[in-house]
Amino acid sequence: MTNVLINAPKTARKGEVIELKALILHPMETGFRPGTNGRIIPRNIIERFTASWNGSEILRMDLSPAISANPFVSFFAVATESGKITFRWTGDEGFAVEESVAIDVA
Amino acid sequence: MALLSVVFAASFAMAQVGADKRRSGYQDMGQALQKMQDDDTANPGMLFVQLGQQLWAKPAGAANKSCADCHAVADMKSVAARYPAIARDGDKPIDLEGRIRLCRTANQQAEPLAPESRDLLSLAAFVAIQSRGLPIAPPDDPRLTPFREQGAAIYQRRQGQLNLSCAICHDDNAGKKLAGVTIPEAHPTGYPLYRLEWQALGSLKRRLRNCLIGIRAEAYPYDAVEYVALEIYLMDRARGMRFEAPGVRP
Repeated sequence: MTNVLINAPKTARKGEVIELKALILHPMETGFRPGTNGRIIPRNIIERFTASWNGSEILRMDLSPAISANPFVSFFAVATESGKITFRWTGDEGFAVEESVAIDVA
Repeated sequence: MALLSVVFAASFAMAQVGADKRRSGYQDMGQALQKMQDDDTANPGMLFVQLGQQLWAKPAGAANKSCADCHAVADMKSVAARYPAIARDGDKPIDLEGRIRLCRTANQQAEPLAPESRDLLSLAAFVAIQSRGLPIAPPDDPRLTPFREQGAAIYQRRQGQLNLSCAICHDDNAGKKLAGVTIPEAHPTGYPLYRLEWQALGSLKRRLRNCLIGIRAEAYPYDAVEYVALEIYLMDRARGMRFEAPGVRP
């Protein structure tokens, strides 16, 4: 079950700097940890997080096993036009989650 | 000099909540973690609340019923703040997770939810958040008295290789440091909570087991009544404090 929490303003003035925050449920298993049976638990991480504003990419982030579980990302963007901000997470074991929020830019 | 005393008095008043000198673990955390708990889009416990909300509406078991089929969400208000309680169909005390597990098997006729499993904790988090902001209010049920006294006895009893009781750290030395970390007063104000150390949501039972292992005692089995008895005592000790589930702790 995908599980995401996004904090984005619903409205912004054109040219305003806004803060976007996204939190996703994911174990971010490093691939270095042994389980209770002594065997290494296989690596299972989110590899890439991207954010796009009406289709054009505004942020691309490569994640590593150093990032802890349930990663929280927060970044700033300049409000350009009304539309959709789309967040995408892809990773190991075919992990692919996409969530969008609408924003109204005056 | 007079100005200084006014400033001191004002900050002292802010540190005490009215006449209640008890401190939740929240107050012993750094500002960054407090902000994380307060922000519903940054509190990782909210991811589990969301999951719980989805599970609440999902039919399960031979009865093909969801929680929503019998319970309005509004009915869950104040429930978590007054648990553990005596199960209606029995005489043993039961904690919130135990109550949800009972509903799952008895009323939904579904496969039991494993203790400390994600689904169980998510449902518990969803029920618990309905009591957020309310004062902790254990029921005045005389049947709980022997269990509360059992909990109080466990709390005072020295255990484990380190021969420590809960009271030695959490009553006598709360506020002082242990391994660089402030010892909290151990009020269960935020359970189930997201502990950064666990990178997951966990129950009070998990935390109590951590403590027992920490003092090098043998942790009681998962279904032991000792945990519920301790929780009954701790909730009574925290009576009136603000319930803040889902909490975030370091």
